[in-house]
Amino acid sequence: MSAVRVLVGTKKGAFILTSDAKRQKWDVAGPHFAGWEIYHLKGSAADPDRIYCSQSSGWFGQIIQRSSDGGKTWEQPGGGMQKGPGGMPMGESNKFVYNTSPTGHPLTTHQWYDGTAHPWEFKRVWHLEPSLHDANTAYAGVEDAALFRTADGGTTWHELSGLRGHGTGASWQPGAGGLGLHTILLDPTNPDRMYIAISAAGAFRTDDGGKTWKPINKGLRSEFMPNPTAEVGHCVHRLAIHPSRPDTVYMQKHWDVMRTDNAGDQWREVSGNLPTDFGFCIDVHAHEPETVYVVPIKSDSEHYPLEGKLRVYRSKTGGDEWEPLTKGLPQENCYVNVYRDAMCVDTLDDCGIYFGTTGGQVYTSTNGGDSWNPIVRDLPAVLSVEVQTLK
Amino acid sequence: MIRVVLPAHLRTLAKVDREVQLSVPALVTTRSILDALELAYPMLCGTIRDHVTRQRRPLVRFFACEQDISHDSPDVPLPEKITSGSEPFYIIGAIAGG
Repeated sequence: MSAVRVLVGTKKGAFILTSDAKRQKWDVAGPHFAGWEIYHLKGSAADPDRIYCSQSSGWFGQIIQRSSDGGKTWEQPGGGMQKGPGGMPMGESNKFVYNTSPTGHPLTTHQWYDGTAHPWEFKRVWHLEPSLHDANTAYAGVEDAALFRTADGGTTWHELSGLRGHGTGASWQPGAGGLGLHTILLDPTNPDRMYIAISAAGAFRTDDGGKTWKPINKGLRSEFMPNPTAEVGHCVHRLAIHPSRPDTVYMQKHWDVMRTDNAGDQWREVSGNLPTDFGFCIDVHAHEPETVYVVPIKSDSEHYPLEGKLRVYRSKTGGDEWEPLTKGLPQENCYVNVYRDAMCVDTLDDCGIYFGTTGGQVYTSTNGGDSWNPIVRDLPAVLSVEVQTLK
Repeated sequence: MIRVVLPAHLRTLAKVDREVQLSVPALVTTRSILDALELAYPMLCGTIRDHVTRQRRPLVRFFACEQDISHDSPDVPLPEKITSGSEPFYIIGAIAGG
């Protein structure tokens, strides 16, 4: 019997929503880590009971939590009671230290909002991406933007510093929400290929497992930049791929919805008839690689839907032609936002689509987006939504 | 034994009650208390002071005998009431936000 487990990160804790494959009746568990900001949780494809969670606080910093039983119980990897000197590293699962070795690359500063040099300072983990093949391996996208990797279940983390050090790092600037590495896409057909995206630096790709990186922003145009087509500096909000076509990547940029069919070597705009092409989230139907979903947001200063109507837009043509999906969603007086990590799809035959709002609602559709139902209505502001399809 | 009062969120992380008791080597200082605390409760590493610099996190404060010692050197010896255990050493989350 199939089932789904929806992992919800909010401003004040994590929630786990479970249902059978019908997705009509839901159990809600939580809050876990009550009172903490939960930027992201994600389960391992290699072992669905393994879930990683980013827990953070302005007071007490970053915590990594790990579950090995599907979210029933949690532990800080390596954070158990000290058993004596000389053992394994203890209490380092939240230790994210930038590589400052003398590589000759500008690894020590990025640009601040005013263009001055600013030291890299770790603030939090925005996104956790477990390996597709090994439950103990995962990647962490952090603020200030960098990519870290663990191979011991989150007990220790090490930077893949070739990203910051590839040459443009010193010119990266933070977006309004900070200099965050928020998207990590693993190519299921090529273990050496990975895409990442940073606000506000752009998209980057590695073809050697993270050792070396290159910007992949050709075709992007950002009018707020002195050079709108510069190699880096674009505020990419989210990338999405379909596993069967990993060279086709969709992008929700600050403004503009974009698409590439050659792994980012060249992008083209596919905003088409969207009423506004600003937004944060984007995702692809689990079984239809040309069916894409976005939630248009009014503008970069008005982070809510146009006209107070919460509408998901769907394209069945890989972009350009979009249709609004409104059934079951509030069509008046709705001024919530949907953050970049707050949309996902399950892989059941009828592909469930999920998204969470800053108003605390988590909606789902089990018919491709034709109609929507709230799973929960009154959680704290939702930061992230991920779903696991359990067989 | 040295008594240490933790803020609520750190008690949850460490799975302890409001106050913990620690064995701290002689010449009790803020640094030696934090060293002993992190040794006993490694899940608190990085939550009170930075892993690398060992600097106090900006929104964490330390109090001893009703005095704010957050900005004192971590190597200053603490008052006898702390070292004798008659008064607890307080670790407090700064009042910030509503």
